[in-house]
Amino acid sequence: MAVPGAWAAIRLTLITATIVAALNAVMGTALAWVIVRYRFPGRRVLSTVVDLPLAIPTLVWGVMILVLYGPNSFLGRTADTVGITVLFTPLAIVLALCTVTLPFVIRNVQPVLLELDDAEEEAAATLGATRRVTFRRVVFPAIRSAVMAGTLLTFSRCLGEIGSVILVSGNRTGHTLTAPVFIFSLTSQFRFAEAAAVATFLFAISFVLVLATGRLVKQREASE
Amino acid sequence: MSTPIVVDGISKRFGTFEAVRDVTFTAPAGAITALLGPSGSGKSTVLRMIAGLEEPNGGTIFMGDEELTVKSVQERQVGFVFQHYALFRHMSVADNVAFGLRVRKESKQTRDQRVGELLDLVQLTPFAERYPDQLSGGQRQRVALARALAPQPQVLLLDEPFGALDAKVRQDLRRWLDELHRELGVTSLLVTHDQEEALELANQIVVMHEGKVEQVGSPGEIYDEPATPFVAGFVGAANVLHGEVVDGHVHLGSIRIPGAAHLDEGAAAAAFVRPHDVVVNGNGGGTDAVIERVSSLGWLSRVALRLPGGETLVAHIPNDDLHGATEGSTVRVDLRNPKAFMAPERDGSTLAS
Amino acid sequence: MSVAVSTQVAKARRGRRGLIALTLGWVALLLLLPLVAIVWTVAKAGLSSVTHTLTQPDVLHAFQLTAIVTVITVLVTGVFGVIVAWVLVRQRFHGRSLLNAIVDIPFALSPVTVGLAAVVLFGPGGWFAPFFQARGIQVIYALPAMILVTIFICIPFTIREIVPVLEEIGLDEEDASRTLGASVWHTFFKVTLPNIRWALAYGIALTTARAIGEIGAVLIVSGLIQGKTETATLFIFRAYEERQTAEAYVVALVLAGVSVGLLIVIESLRHRQEKERTRT
Repeated sequence: MAVPGAWAAIRLTLITATIVAALNAVMGTALAWVIVRYRFPGRRVLSTVVDLPLAIPTLVWGVMILVLYGPNSFLGRTADTVGITVLFTPLAIVLALCTVTLPFVIRNVQPVLLELDDAEEEAAATLGATRRVTFRRVVFPAIRSAVMAGTLLTFSRCLGEIGSVILVSGNRTGHTLTAPVFIFSLTSQFRFAEAAAVATFLFAISFVLVLATGRLVKQREASE
Repeated sequence: MSTPIVVDGISKRFGTFEAVRDVTFTAPAGAITALLGPSGSGKSTVLRMIAGLEEPNGGTIFMGDEELTVKSVQERQVGFVFQHYALFRHMSVADNVAFGLRVRKESKQTRDQRVGELLDLVQLTPFAERYPDQLSGGQRQRVALARALAPQPQVLLLDEPFGALDAKVRQDLRRWLDELHRELGVTSLLVTHDQEEALELANQIVVMHEGKVEQVGSPGEIYDEPATPFVAGFVGAANVLHGEVVDGHVHLGSIRIPGAAHLDEGAAAAAFVRPHDVVVNGNGGGTDAVIERVSSLGWLSRVALRLPGGETLVAHIPNDDLHGATEGSTVRVDLRNPKAFMAPERDGSTLAS
Repeated sequence: MSVAVSTQVAKARRGRRGLIALTLGWVALLLLLPLVAIVWTVAKAGLSSVTHTLTQPDVLHAFQLTAIVTVITVLVTGVFGVIVAWVLVRQRFHGRSLLNAIVDIPFALSPVTVGLAAVVLFGPGGWFAPFFQARGIQVIYALPAMILVTIFICIPFTIREIVPVLEEIGLDEEDASRTLGASVWHTFFKVTLPNIRWALAYGIALTTARAIGEIGAVLIVSGLIQGKTETATLFIFRAYEERQTAEAYVVALVLAGVSVGLLIVIESLRHRQEKERTRT
């Protein structure tokens, strides 16, 4: 692909998507676990709050992050004094992506956890397994494909996300310009052929991922 | 008022699987005809074809003078009762029953009157405004029946209607359906795998196996005069003994079983004997058999017997006749009312049920 | 709690509390703080700033446009979605799995790609351009394109909600309805539709939220003509770029508020759907 700046943009997109997918896999599973298995005040509220990214427009999330970490805000100024810049850096991109993809792994894992029979875990406990071992040996294998499916969904979404990223990343070519934003800037310069090239490449990656997810879902259904 | 159903040579294929093969029978007007057979025998498919829910690949179905096979489901005016009730979950009991009348655009007055009549008939009047999920299984099935009867169909089709219910509820509903039928006299076709149900309820039984009709007859005929080995084995659990035909008897070891006069000399034959036809002989005739196991079933016992040749029999013997005989002891038994057939393929089992 | 417990039990309890704290912290940082920040910022700017923004003709027009696009999208995807779901579940035909896969395509595409495809297809020199030009209809850089891309992006929502419900419910009720003489249409409206109403409502709610929030595709196809082809989200984008931050924040807060309200509706719908499922 001879489009200047494309590789940098794609590389940045892939890296941030991987980081966010990994974070989401861990935190999403943790959240699903906490919501399904634990009882504490505010659990129902948490379950609803977690769905906020599905309701609130991605661009609005971007605006809210700008406000939260901007130079005039409390968090912005605090971070500055510690030497961390949030806005207009790859960190902002990761932050924005984590926000809008927060529900994905949770919503995939939650129903599987609900269906799980406690009896297996109880048996493990009577055989001396600690909670950690039980999770690793008994629970995780059962939810593994759900976690994978949610993670792939997150990754795929990150590849195409624009609304939350476009305002907070600063869009500096080679540094904080992601592929979707790059495609947008190409189209606003009427460079449609180049935009199409980058978009096709991105789509190819997504397509492979969708196939993989589909196969995983079928695999899960077959083993039940 | 009620019409007969004539099924002529219908067949149905699902992909490469032949579910129904050239089935022909007549369900007489005003009678209950049972389609009896094991799972996969095609009986439900036949019923659904009569209703129009499946289309036959060949053959015709007539209701009286009208050919049903050319009509759509809606036009056939058959009442259908499903195994799992299929009540409209979002409608009240009254609305469920009224559905067929609403479709026919009957006036509210007619509808209300008919619904009232039917709920009275099925004894569910106080439940008119309840919803299906508030009813027990038996109640739901009664609503389903009322709903099917509301538009006054010419034929009532029931697909294993009591299959999803508890044994006690099943018995109650069976008795109740019998009374209902006596009162209404609608031509009815009942699909069931429960032979007790068929023998108790039906005026005529069509025994089906692997898509074909094995025998059509009254319950007495089916039970006492099975036409094929399958019917002999399926209806009224029977013992099967394999032997050779000699001089009108089936010989196995030293045992001679009469009733094979219609079979070829020297042919391999199977003799069917019902468990209650294995009786203790006090007069010195019959065969010796060793008791392997005795389980009391109340006033009689289920006794597993072993014959001298190693074959096993299951007998239902009244406890009085056993005189306290226990496992290991020998009794002398007679085999009454044997039915002999040319031997079907051996499947290794001696007790067909 | 003065019951003595083993160190393992105590450790487990601490671990549990730690996990709850960690997850709550994560959610607070990512989801709640931003909301607090925007409410605080707009509140600080004062009520006058809010009223000033909400009375501007551009802003009102933007809300109006969002409403139009959303309503049309919901109607089209709702009707179309029910039909496609019914066909997918109830009919056997070659290419059924293909249709199933096609339905999921919008989920796999970036909205930017969708917008780009729309420009390529309907824009000057595109495949369908002559057709529309001949009739004097402007698609790209006008409302029709924005509606088209939003519809495309929202196609899967209702379908994916209805299909599993239709599969679970099974055919019996519909068969029963036909044996009682009801036509296919009568059966569909009186028996099938009531059985899928919560799934449909949920799908519509999801579609609404998505349509209101659409930015990627409309950003490309709308041409960003102020006052003419700006939805609420596009207004926020342009206003921010042009340093009209106060207005951008107000409109953003309005959208956030509407979405939160929508979320509450979605959650209660899901609750009703669950309750109904466990009842039958």
